[in-house]
Amino acid sequence: MRVELIVNGERRTVEVEPRMSLLDCLRERLLLTGAHAGCEHGVCGACTVLIDGAPARSCLMFAVQADGYAITTIEGVTPAPGELSPIQDAFCETHGMQCGYCTPAMILTAHALLADNPDPTRADIVDAICANICRCTGYAQIVEAIALAAERMRGLNQPARKP
Amino acid sequence: MKPPPFEYARPADLDQACAMLAAGDDARIIAGGQTLVPLMAMRLARPKRLIDIARIPDLSFVRYEREGIAIGATTRQCVLERDAVVRAAVPLLAKVMPFVGHAAIRSRGTVGGSLANADPAAEIALVAVTLGATFIYRQGAASAEIPASDFFVGPMMTALPATACLTAVRFPRWGDARIGVGFHEVSARRSDFAFASAAAQVALDDDGVCRRLALGVGAVTACPMRLDTVAKALEGTRVEPAVARAAVRAALADIEPLCDLHASADYRRRAAASLAVRAITDACRAAEAAHAR
Repeated sequence: MRVELIVNGERRTVEVEPRMSLLDCLRERLLLTGAHAGCEHGVCGACTVLIDGAPARSCLMFAVQADGYAITTIEGVTPAPGELSPIQDAFCETHGMQCGYCTPAMILTAHALLADNPDPTRADIVDAICANICRCTGYAQIVEAIALAAERMRGLNQPARKP
Repeated sequence: MKPPPFEYARPADLDQACAMLAAGDDARIIAGGQTLVPLMAMRLARPKRLIDIARIPDLSFVRYEREGIAIGATTRQCVLERDAVVRAAVPLLAKVMPFVGHAAIRSRGTVGGSLANADPAAEIALVAVTLGATFIYRQGAASAEIPASDFFVGPMMTALPATACLTAVRFPRWGDARIGVGFHEVSARRSDFAFASAAAQVALDDDGVCRRLALGVGAVTACPMRLDTVAKALEGTRVEPAVARAAVRAALADIEPLCDLHASADYRRRAAASLAVRAITDACRAAEAAHAR
């Protein structure tokens, strides 16, 4: 079936079998391999992407169901080639990753959280990322990264404080 | 973890969807797919045809209807979570919504999907049984209704005919002035499938006497279960935790709990009893704090 997706702002048309998940479509057809395949049945969260801005499991959606939706993958959050988003930056700085397998999904989940709630409490952050399994870090640095990113993003476009 | 091949159809309206279902050929309705797709990935479900009703416009709504609140089958859980009408009129449903899967599941998952798939641990199903909701479905051109108490017949099994499409669920609205709700569950990870859960909605009069109590436990038995004997024991009294505990224990004494690697039957029974007492206590406390309208 012919499916039209708006991926990271770009209109893409793909021909897929109905049983192809959105995840496989992104990875194999569109070569956007930032969304990772973990459990492929909705438990681990490694495949999380944003659909119309809201986080969703791309393994729990067939590409045919996503026809016409706006999809944001980790490839779509950088402001320009070679640059990092404030959230990606914060993950690097606080070392919010080890193997990196869960990281793109963690960052997208954080994007959705901070778009909705620019000043999350620690509990809000934990609640948001509890959907994503990380087997390396123990989560502490991930929570730290999101809190740091939130703080910086709140400060964006604010007048600089005088010393 | 890939499902076997199937056909996919996206009917324009409910009539078309019902006609496709009536044509048979092992067709299943899909909307959010948050329960069905994992089952298909594990090949526990192998429909030949999926009928996608997610975009049928008149199936997604929340509105006042006949002394209650009707919610369209394809209303997404994330919408319900923030709905002001639901919060005001069906506070118990609003209370459990954050526990329904994770945010990434609720953003696609629908109310009808959760009910029609009938997972024993589903929170929306628990509220439907506890409050005595009514399910509305279409089969061919005919509409029919079925009470929640008759809808769930076993794990992932309902009384919905195979060629019927669930279109809405109607929750009763309590008119009492002082209403309180309570909900508790035990799960391995926040928002994961519960091992035991309990939901309570209570109405108190001006003297703090319990006028109405709806209590249910989920994830414990094959279907969500409403504990009417507890309501009978506590209605007309000022709720005492000790009395509530005794009534809950008596009500759960003869049930046949589920048993698996995660939680034994005995554990589920004990957990359900504790959670039920906590839910009742929370509900009473909230109702006491509620101002008369």
